[in-house]
Parts: sequence; structure tokens; C-alpha cells
Amino acid sequence: MNSLYDAMIAGTGKYVPKEIRDNHYFTERMDTSDEWITTRTGMKYRHIAAPGEASSDMALEAAKKALDAARMNANDLDMVVVGTISPDHMFPSTGCMLLKKLGIKDIPAFDLSAGCTGLIYALTVGAQFVMNGKAKNVLVIGVEILSRLINWQDRGTAILFGDGAGAVILSIAKNVSISKLIDTDLTADGTHAELLMQKAGGSKYPATEETVRNSEHTVYMEGNKIFKFAVRSMYDSCHKILKRNNIDISKIDWLIPHQANYRIIESLGKKLGIHTNRVIVTIDKYANTSSSTVPIALDDAIRSKKIRRGDLVLLVAFGAGLTSGSVLFRY
Amino acid sequence: MDVFKTVKELIVEELSVDEGQVTMEAKFIDDLGADSLNMVELMMAIEKAFESFNIEISDEEAAEMTTVGDVVKYIKEKIE
Repeated sequence: MNSLYDAMIAGTGKYVPKEIRDNHYFTERMDTSDEWITTRTGMKYRHIAAPGEASSDMALEAAKKALDAARMNANDLDMVVVGTISPDHMFPSTGCMLLKKLGIKDIPAFDLSAGCTGLIYALTVGAQFVMNGKAKNVLVIGVEILSRLINWQDRGTAILFGDGAGAVILSIAKNVSISKLIDTDLTADGTHAELLMQKAGGSKYPATEETVRNSEHTVYMEGNKIFKFAVRSMYDSCHKILKRNNIDISKIDWLIPHQANYRIIESLGKKLGIHTNRVIVTIDKYANTSSSTVPIALDDAIRSKKIRRGDLVLLVAFGAGLTSGSVLFRY
Repeated sequence: MDVFKTVKELIVEELSVDEGQVTMEAKFIDDLGADSLNMVELMMAIEKAFESFNIEISDEEAAEMTTVGDVVKYIKEKIE
């Protein structure tokens, strides 16, 4: 990429709420089974935010860990970008709430809505400021409390989602550094926007008694149609970014795909021709936490010493919009 | 080209069943143990295998195909 500076990942952090919901929670309440959920999704557990716990609270915990890992404090930050579809409020942004909780001000902070691709979009945006020399350190967050946007009567979606936050600190890479962001790829296709959405609550369909009664404030998803898009769009993005940089898939040390469904991850891995032991999977522990699956999985893999400095890592996601994208970097 | 043979190979691979089970009459869900995601995966594999014929199976069309024979017939019509 043509830029003044290189950006690198200086530190990561994650936070998941204390309450854990296993598959039996659902088998006791609806017509489903542990076996059905596991074979269809790969999910075993999901973490659920406590009453009163906000997205910005969870983002703060993840941010603190990322700052520690990067050996920085909040005053070193020049910008905050939050990828989320479950912000504290419609406005102001969760980014501004987070600034307040971090005890800092007078830097730009905002949210970005790209569905489950939120972290990939936020990383890409944050990286531009670092690479252009406009910011030295950018805090990038993926955070979601989807448990509050779920129709708990809907067997098709209730089992799929969990809550969590992941944080990544992007910094200017020193010239000698092996760690650096290599390339990013983003795209979107609005023609299938209706396949995955929270219909009401925005300005088009503001909350009324009727929208609440019809469960239009919860996640609506046509899973089978999304499945196809998911595999194809993530494959296309990986293929494009690898080709553009002349890197063969065999050179990728770690692939971190969005954790929406294990079967999607499996299909993608097969199509890409990457060995399963090179693919980071956390879906069994956390389920689909939307924009936070990728940074949570990244942090998990770094803290468990799977991913080490110098490793070549490919992040890829798809989400509501429909959006998709990837980030290629050397950690 | 032997459409049935190609489709059979894809089904054996995607659904992990024995070749012998894959007859024209076999029903995907009842006889071959497929679930809805297997069906999406299978349709994607078929589109890939018959890439040169530009076959794009819509979700509505896929929903109509319940037996192996339905799929073979659909592909034959498309490529002829």
C-alpha cells in the first residue's frame, strides 16, 4: 500500500461477560437439542451481558487489556473507532461513551456499522489514519450485546448469538519492525440487505406498539441464503487479497474467519485449501458475537501463544449489509 | 458427460454416504441424512462442478429438489 507509514498491531484485549449459557438452556425452553445445535453450528456456550452492562462497559474492559498489552495508557490514544450494531444508544456513539469511561477527551471517536464485518471495517479505517501520519495510536473495538436484540422465541436465531468485546491497538510501525499491516480489502452489496436486519428502531420504522408486538426490534435472518453469501464472499476477499500481494495460502500461518457458524468456517477452509489446524476457531466457546468474534479470536490466539510476533495472519468476515472484507498482516 | 456420475461423486463427498445409497430415487433428507445446510453446500458444490455451464441454482429451485433424480434432471436441462 502507498502510505507514509506502516501500521502494526501493538496490542489486543478481549472481554466476555460472566454469565455463560450452554445449549441445555435452549433445549429446556424450545424444540431443539444439544446435538442439533452442535452439528448445525459448532456452538456450545455463549456469554450473556448482565442487566445494566452496556456495550461501552464491555469495550472499556477489552480496551484496558489491549492498552496493557501494548504498554500504553489511554492518554497515548489519538483516535477511537468502534465497530458495532448494538451501540449503547442510537446516538451519541459508543465511541464517545468509551472515551468518557477511559477518562480521555479531545480526540476523534465514532462508531461504524458494518454488521459482523465491523471490526474489519474499523481496522481498515483506523489504519488509514496511522498510515497517513494523522494518528500514532488508534484504538479499534468490536463490541456487541446481541442478547438484547434477540427474539428468544425464534429457534433459528436465539441459539446463535453471544455478547463480547474485542480491542486492537494500531500503532505506527518502526522501520525495522517485522510487524505490519500488509493490505486490507473491503466491499459491500446492498441488494441483499433484507436477508439480515433489525428492521425497526431506526428512523424508517421508529418504535411503536406494533413494531414491538411484531418483534421487529430483534435480529431477522435468512440463514440458508446468508450461508452461501458467507462462504463465497469470504473466499473472494481472501483470494483477492492473497493474489494482490502474491502470497500463496500455504504461507498463511493463521486464518481468523468471522465465527458465525462452524459449517461456514469449514466450507471456507476447504475452498481456500488451508489446513484446519491453521484456522482459529472460538465459536464453541463464545458463539457468534458479531463484530467482536474476530478480535476475540485474535486475542485468544495471541494470549494462548498460537499467534506469535512475525506470523502471517489473515482476518476475514462477512455480515449484514451485506458486507465483507479481510485484513492481511504480519503480527 | 455423465451428469449422474458427477452428481453422485459430489453427494458422496458432501454427505459422507456410500455410493450405493445414491440412486436416482434417493431422497436427500429422508434417505441420505442431509440437513438444510448440507443442501446449500451441495448446491454450491454442483455450481462449482458445472462452472463451465454457468449454472446458478436459486434458493427457490433448490427447495424443489428433493431427490437425486431431481438434481440430475435439472442439470441436464440446463446444460443441453
